Amino acid sequence: MPVYKLNINGKIRPVDVAADTPLLWVLRDHLQLPGTKFGCGIGQCGACTVHYDGVAVRSCVMPVSSVRDAKITTIEGLSENGDHPVQLAWDEVDVAQCGYCQAGQIMTAAALLKKTPKPTLEQVENAMHGNICRCGAYHRIREAVLEAAKKTKP
Amino acid sequence: MTSVQTNTRRDFLKKISLTGGGLMLGFKWFSAHAEMPAILNAAEPVVVPAFNSYLSIATDGTVNIFSPNPELGQNIMTSFAQIVAEELDADWTKVRVTQAPLDTQKYERQLTGGSGAIPHSWMRLRKAGASARYLLLNAAAQRWGVPATECTADSGFIIHKPSGKKFSYGELSTDAAKIEMPKEVPLKDRKDFKLIGKPIRNIKNKDIATGKPIFGLDYQREGMVHAMVQRPPAFGTKIKSIDSEAVKKQPGIIDVVKFQQNVAIVGRSTWEIMKAKKLLKVEYEKDGNIESTEDHDVLFSTLMDAPNATVQRKDGDVAAAFQSAAKIIKSEYQCPFLPHSPLEPMNFFAHVRPEGIELVGPTQTPQRAREAVSKLLGVPEDKITVDITRLGGGFGRRLKFDYVLEAAELSSIIKKPVKVIWSREDDMMGGSYRPAVRYRFEAALDASGNLTGYKLRGVGVNAGNNTRQDNFPVGAIPNVLIESVEHVSPITTGAWRAPITNFLAFAEQTFLDEVAEAAGKDPVAFRLELLDKARKSPVGKITYDIERFDTVIRQVAEKAGWGKKPGVFQGFSVYFSHASYVGQVCEVTMKDGKPEVQKIYAVSDCGQVINMSGALQQVRGAVVDGYGHAMFGKLSFKEGKAEQNNFNTYRLIRMKEIPEVDASFVNNGKDPTGLGEPALPPTGGAVANAIYKATGQRLKKQPFLEVPLFTKMQKTEES
Repeated sequence: MPVYKLNINGKIRPVDVAADTPLLWVLRDHLQLPGTKFGCGIGQCGACTVHYDGVAVRSCVMPVSSVRDAKITTIEGLSENGDHPVQLAWDEVDVAQCGYCQAGQIMTAAALLKKTPKPTLEQVENAMHGNICRCGAYHRIREAVLEAAKKTKP
Repeated sequence: MTSVQTNTRRDFLKKISLTGGGLMLGFKWFSAHAEMPAILNAAEPVVVPAFNSYLSIATDGTVNIFSPNPELGQNIMTSFAQIVAEELDADWTKVRVTQAPLDTQKYERQLTGGSGAIPHSWMRLRKAGASARYLLLNAAAQRWGVPATECTADSGFIIHKPSGKKFSYGELSTDAAKIEMPKEVPLKDRKDFKLIGKPIRNIKNKDIATGKPIFGLDYQREGMVHAMVQRPPAFGTKIKSIDSEAVKKQPGIIDVVKFQQNVAIVGRSTWEIMKAKKLLKVEYEKDGNIESTEDHDVLFSTLMDAPNATVQRKDGDVAAAFQSAAKIIKSEYQCPFLPHSPLEPMNFFAHVRPEGIELVGPTQTPQRAREAVSKLLGVPEDKITVDITRLGGGFGRRLKFDYVLEAAELSSIIKKPVKVIWSREDDMMGGSYRPAVRYRFEAALDASGNLTGYKLRGVGVNAGNNTRQDNFPVGAIPNVLIESVEHVSPITTGAWRAPITNFLAFAEQTFLDEVAEAAGKDPVAFRLELLDKARKSPVGKITYDIERFDTVIRQVAEKAGWGKKPGVFQGFSVYFSHASYVGQVCEVTMKDGKPEVQKIYAVSDCGQVINMSGALQQVRGAVVDGYGHAMFGKLSFKEGKAEQNNFNTYRLIRMKEIPEVDASFVNNGKDPTGLGEPALPPTGGAVANAIYKATGQRLKKQPFLEVPLFTKMQKTEES
């Protein structure tokens, strides 16, 4: 099996896995980064969202071979001390219920704010529409993204 | 101020002094032999396995609270701690909460379901906090040589008022352990609550927002192998033959094991197993009824008139009431199966060894899971430990322990620590479902529009008694007949958030609207009038509180401005379930000839709200859940096999589809009741009644998206 040298959270991490192994399982099973979640395996729920060169992608449908030298950021690497504006807003607004989808929601929101620091409500809803929250915490997810936008320096 | 006995037979408090310093309190299930030394002087909670009571106070003032019930998003870890900390007058920033493992010696009712954890624990937790406060207060008074009545507790300190001296709880905890336990302790008055009822943030927010490995799926163990299981794809089939040769040759595959009707693929990593599983060839043969949704539709019609229904309640003479009726209203409602779809797929870790069994994972019912594993493997329960991880949702799915048994049995065969995980497809196709049910309601009205007779027959697939025979408006009607018929099927069903009432409430509340209309009455006035009848001339057993019902109806009607908003079509619904009362008003507007659900008002009476932030989340989430599933949720079967298997074919509600939710609470100071479920049942009815007002079309079948009103709209949009 080929060895891939992945750039994960600012570190080069070699992994020896089959080319078609989804990035999700590389993170969870091989790199001990289980913050990225498995929900559906077909890119429908967004629980596995990570950043690929700053863009939100579904790691469950991204083969490791396609990652190449892209900078991958997972929830564990979003901030040093859990103090990314989105993470802080998540606590302030008290978003989580079961919490399982939240890493994916936070990564989607952080990617949106990187590209669009002051999004409209519609832009927030469009960006977050691909992330399922089975507990139905959508009102506060939306509120927290808008709150994080206030904290984000453009 | 109220006082409570601390040494009643069922739950007296016991205090433990710790040789390392500190104080620990437990209840009667804190067995005497557990009185062993433990050191509690670290800032981080020290988990001593034999020693986990509700509450301990370390010498540095850290208050550690063990939360016995599984946490699945109902925010129980925060609410429990708030109740203890309130009576203790603790400094909230020094409170830590740890999930307790299963321990039937120490805890009662260690399960999450039925919205029951808070009502069960309310007084127990208050007593624990109040008793610790008493001990600390008296320890301080002794040290100062002053009467305890001169001392008060505030935010982690005992203060001597006349002199202004104070001690922190940490400084007092060791001495407090030497004070004699009081026979009774005073509890606070509601007006003095500083934490209870306030919006306190979820105590695990940081772990969640930073991706800490807190869920079952994240659990890792040295030497652990992974496994996935191929189960019969159709209900009513069994294994005929297995060809696993190709699978075994795949990289990373350790073993292929058949047990029960399962073929487990064991390997070193999840993806290698997922890939290899596709090469597994299993032939299945018939082993029972093979059923399709179409068969159920026909069957329901037959069972509606079958002679063998089980009578659940009978008041008066229904036949006579219908014979003399001026008007009869008859209506049928139907719902499909639903998967639970918690976002964390089923998974469990098991390590079966001769000396004992370790089980770790997400379960709503650790005790029953252990009993079942004990029975299956013939290992006594005291040799089985269960650690409970945070649950990535439950919704009733994890009240079943099939996936725990699988992991345990597989580990016993392969003699290795193993984590079994399910794919989304496994969960949707092989899980357990909210049963498909059809209801038929009949109402008899006299010439003045009084409801004189009421009949309900429910027929369902593996739904047991699919009625709730004492539900309002029963009790207000002189002649009633409630019956159920169950069809036994190989399609496994189970409790789905607000079991039975998740659909029954929709049917009952929509039908009541039809009856109100036939009687020429306003839906809200009609319900209040029925309640008044139950108040003045109750019929048979009444299980609901008439005044609490009345209050939520009036409050939500007032809040929503019932009947006072031109251009807005309002639908009403009110429900009593899981000991709480919730009234809802849904508002629909018409846009380009289409109804749009804009807003849902919900007024809940769950007694004392513990955490206002969590309570608002429970209500909003339940309304979104109730609305989403009523609108979109459908699992159908073709020849025993589920036709939807993942979120591309099974639609869950998403952000852009949610209505606004205005949630508020009745502030009546009654003891708390549950809130995990009660706000879900009324939603479907409120929505359907509002859509009727807006369009003149009654929605009688779920999902709503499949009724002609919406299918026609979809066709227009597509063309």
